[in-house]
Parts: sequence; structure tokens; C-alpha cells
Amino acid sequence: MFIKHSRLDRFILALNSTFLILAVLMVVLPLIYVVIASFMDPSVLLNHGLSFNISDWSLEGYKKILSNPAMIRGFGNAVFYASAFAILTVMVSICAGYALSDERLKGRSFFMTLFLITMFFGGGLVPTYLLVKNLGLLNTVWAVIIPGAVNIWNIILSRTFFKGVPKELREAANVDGASEMKIFLSVVLPLSKPIIFVLALYAFVGQWNSYFDAMIYLDNPSLHPLQLVLRSILIQNQVDPSMISDQLAMAEMKKLSEIIKYAAIVVSSLPLLIMYPFFQKYFEKGVMVGSLK
Amino acid sequence: MQNSVQVDYRKKTVIRQKSNTFEYLKKHYFLYLMLAPALILTLIFKYGPMYGAIIAFKDFSPIKGIMGSEWVGLHNFEKFLSSPNFTDIFMNTLKLSLFGLILGFPVPILLALMLNQVRRAGVKKNIQLLLYAPNFISVVVVVGMLFIFLSPTGPINQLFSLFTNEPIMFMSRPEYFRWIYILSDIWTGAGWASIIYVAALANVDPELHNAANLDGANLLQRIRHIDLPTIRPIMAIVFILAAGNIMSIGFEKAYLMQTATNLPTAEIIPTYVYKIGLQAGDYAYSSAVGLFNSVINVILLVTVNFIVKKLNEGEGLY
Repeated sequence: MFIKHSRLDRFILALNSTFLILAVLMVVLPLIYVVIASFMDPSVLLNHGLSFNISDWSLEGYKKILSNPAMIRGFGNAVFYASAFAILTVMVSICAGYALSDERLKGRSFFMTLFLITMFFGGGLVPTYLLVKNLGLLNTVWAVIIPGAVNIWNIILSRTFFKGVPKELREAANVDGASEMKIFLSVVLPLSKPIIFVLALYAFVGQWNSYFDAMIYLDNPSLHPLQLVLRSILIQNQVDPSMISDQLAMAEMKKLSEIIKYAAIVVSSLPLLIMYPFFQKYFEKGVMVGSLK
Repeated sequence: MQNSVQVDYRKKTVIRQKSNTFEYLKKHYFLYLMLAPALILTLIFKYGPMYGAIIAFKDFSPIKGIMGSEWVGLHNFEKFLSSPNFTDIFMNTLKLSLFGLILGFPVPILLALMLNQVRRAGVKKNIQLLLYAPNFISVVVVVGMLFIFLSPTGPINQLFSLFTNEPIMFMSRPEYFRWIYILSDIWTGAGWASIIYVAALANVDPELHNAANLDGANLLQRIRHIDLPTIRPIMAIVFILAAGNIMSIGFEKAYLMQTATNLPTAEIIPTYVYKIGLQAGDYAYSSAVGLFNSVINVILLVTVNFIVKKLNEGEGLY
């Protein structure tokens, strides 16, 4: 490629780079701020803002947040919910996608329509809540795992993937006399690792970051996932009194609660932010396949 | 004689058809078995609530149940439409979503066009990595960061204190709610939303650009006549989908951002449905409001699809 750039072109390219750098800074600076602030000494942060002097730093926020039982429990719950949800979602979507990709399945377009309607129309919050309640799922872990497990996007994703698997593979196995189930389990499934991975990642991240279902279905604090615990710390300003000893004055408490917030953000977001660059390829794949329909 | 032969013949076909269906199911039952979990879950958890939504037309009492409660027709809908806060809540929902769409829609496209000009692949990849990151931060944390950054003593006000004496109460004043909501949405989502455009642009044949360059087209002209037409079909689909979701704007973020004093702009239909339904326990009324919202949403989707189809030479969502 030998594109000759005129002077105007080079000016535009320079402008382009400037704006891109600005965009990156706008995304990154708040995150960097939070990370640095989380390591600050509480009173320095409150009175002078950020400081790059090592003597002004402390691990107080992390000590408090990591010794908070609600936070630890929330972390454990979130890992469990997200994993269970990912496993269920993957199984349901892979099976449905496989069936819907097979031309021998009669009534495919009817089933697809049935699924697609749910994308644009739903019964609404209260009827869904009443259903979950009547099924006896309220205040059980199933309430956050089962109702959301079937998702039309995931089914479309996996159907698209299986449509790309050469038909000859299935047919060849069929000639050998293998049963449909055997073909699926021993021929198709081993080829499906990428799609399983994509679906699992999306489901895991989605569940990890959500709070709404848990908020409406789970009253019992011992079942609360991380995001609900974070909500009470970050937004409702309910710093667990056990994190701050009673003798401390109000001002001290306010200072500490700020630091605890920063530390809580870092601790809760770091796992995903560290993990995601390694899986970026798969996440992007998910977006692309989904858009092809 | 002839007659009986005909009957026999018909009978045979019926029997053959039946055994065909049977044979078919015997041969392919596995496929239906595979479909069953998704189908059952969808029927229960997606279609079940649609059926349950008939409580919107009833004077629901938990003791009598959905079927036993008294039928009141459109009473609950009339109650919402004539309630004093209807206009406010409806317009809040519409404005938040519409302004969000107008401001948010072009940003990923611009980012993609800009990224497409980055020549060095490694640099481009690293920029993308950073721009996508906020997509993985949860709503709770994003709103938590908003509260921290925009608090009267927070870093933004510390910056502003150079120009003003009084700290600005960002989170509690109604006039800032929409701006904060929409801009922070762009912060979290725009990078991620650009992926699909970036990928489409990467598929443009470089020869096109070379040829245009030889013909004397400058960079802006090439972007306008080569890059933009490439991503136009995707733009149309993304736009229709977004417009179809105008009324189903997320509950999660708005609810977290609400404070006691910003409700005049921050109360939207989904948060209202939650409050009257699950907090106050008025199930029937809340269902009616939710249903009203869904219906408007479907109407919007169909209308926007129709308009875009007209403007986009017959290319719509369906």
C-alpha cells in the first residue's frame, strides 16, 4: 500500500491521533484515579487529593475490605452464581442451537419465531416476579440462575456456529451407524470448544456484574452476590460498622469509608479487567457472530 | 364396489402418513430432546409471565389468585394515563432514551473510523484493548464511581473549584441526571459498540483506497465514499435495534442513580413499575404500566423499521 498523503490528509491524520489519545485518556484516567486513590492514606486523600509520595500511601482500605465478611461471602456467592449460570446457559443454548441448525428438525421456523418474540415482548417485571414466587424459587439460588438461562442471542450464536460445521461430518458418522447422540457427543461437541467458550464467558461476566435479579429475588443477605454488597457500600453508603471500630469519630469514619469504596471497586473489578485481555479474541468473536444472525 | 376400493385406498394413505410421522420422530427424537430444555424454559419463564400479565386487566387479590380475581378491563391503564405523574414519567423515559440514542449512536462509528486510520496493528490493538475495558465494569461500580467523582468534595468538584466557589451538586440536581446518565453510558459502552464497525472496515479492500488515492481523492473523501458506505447496512440494523429498545431502557442504572432530589427527571417507567409493584405491592397497576411500556416499545420498533427500510433502499431488520 502506497497511499500518498497530501498535506490536508496528514493534518487530518494528526487530528485523528490526537482525538484517539484523548478518547483513551478519558477511558483510562478515571480507572487510574481509582486505583491510586485506593492506596492512599485516608486523611491525605481527603485533604490533598492524590499524592505520589510513597509515605502517603497505605493499605488501610484493602485491609478493611478484605476482612469484611459480607464482601467475602458476596465474592463466594458471585463465583458460584456466575459459574452455575454459565454452565446452565451453555448447555441449554448449545443443545437448542444444535437442534435448530439441523435441517431435519421439522418446525424450525416456528420454534425460532417462538424464541424471537421473547426478544421484543415480555410479560413484565411483576408477572415474572409472581411466577418465580409461585414456583417457590424466591430466596433460593435458583431464582438468579434458572429464569435467565435461556437467552435468544445465545441460541442464535450457537445455531450460527453449528450451521458452519460441515454437514458431511454428521452424515459420515451416520453412515458408520453411530446414533445421533453419539455423533453429537463424539464428533460435533469436540469441535465446539470456541462457541462453548464464548457463551460461557458472556454468561459468566453478565451474571457476575448483575445485581437486579438478586435484589428482587433474594432477601436473605447470606445469599447476596458481590454486586449487592457493593451496592450497599458504594451507593447506599452503608459501611459495615464492624469494618470501623466504634471509638472512631464521625470524621474518621467518613475518611475511612471513602478509602473502603475505592478499594472495593478495585477488588471487585480487577478479576474481570485482568482476565479480559486474554479472552478479548473470544469476546469479539461473540459480537461478530451475533451480528451475522 | 368402486367406492369401497377408494375408501380402502384412503385408509392406507392415512396409515402410511401416521407411520411416517412415527418413523420420523423415532429417527429424529434426539433433535427434539435437544431443543426441549430451551423450549420448556422459554415457555415457563418467558411465556408464563405474558400469560400472567392479564392481571393488568384485573383487580388482583393474592388470595383469589390470577384467575379468580375480578375483571376490571382497562381500569388500571386509565388510572396510569390519568395519574398526575404520567406525563412526567413518560417524557422522562422517552427523553432519556432518545437523547441517549442521538448522542450515543454516532460515537462508536466515529471511534471505528478513527481506529481504522491507525496504521500500526499493534498500536491499534492496544488502543482497542483500553477502549473496550469499561464494558467489563459492572453498573454498580460505574454508578458508585459517579457518586464518588461527582460528590461535592470529589475530584471533579475539586477541579471546578478553580472556577466556582460553590461545589456543584451533580447527583442531586434533576437537571444533570440525563447528562450524567448518557455520558457515562457512552463511557462504558461506546468502545465495545465500535467492534462491529471496526471489523467491517477491516474487510474493505485496500485496492479501493489505492485507486481512489490515485484519482486524487483526499482522506476525508475516501472515508465518505468508501468507508461509510461499507458500514451503512450495519448502522441501519444497530439503529433499528436501539430504537426498538427506546422504551425498554435499562432499569438497573437509573435506579442506582436516583437520589431523593433528582426524581423529577430520574423517575422512568421501569423504576416506577418496580416501586409501585414490588415495593408498594400494587401488582395489577404495576403490570398495567409495564404492559403499556412493552406495547409502545413494539409499536416503536415496527415504525422505526418501516422508516429505516424506506430510507435505506429496502434494507431493514425484517
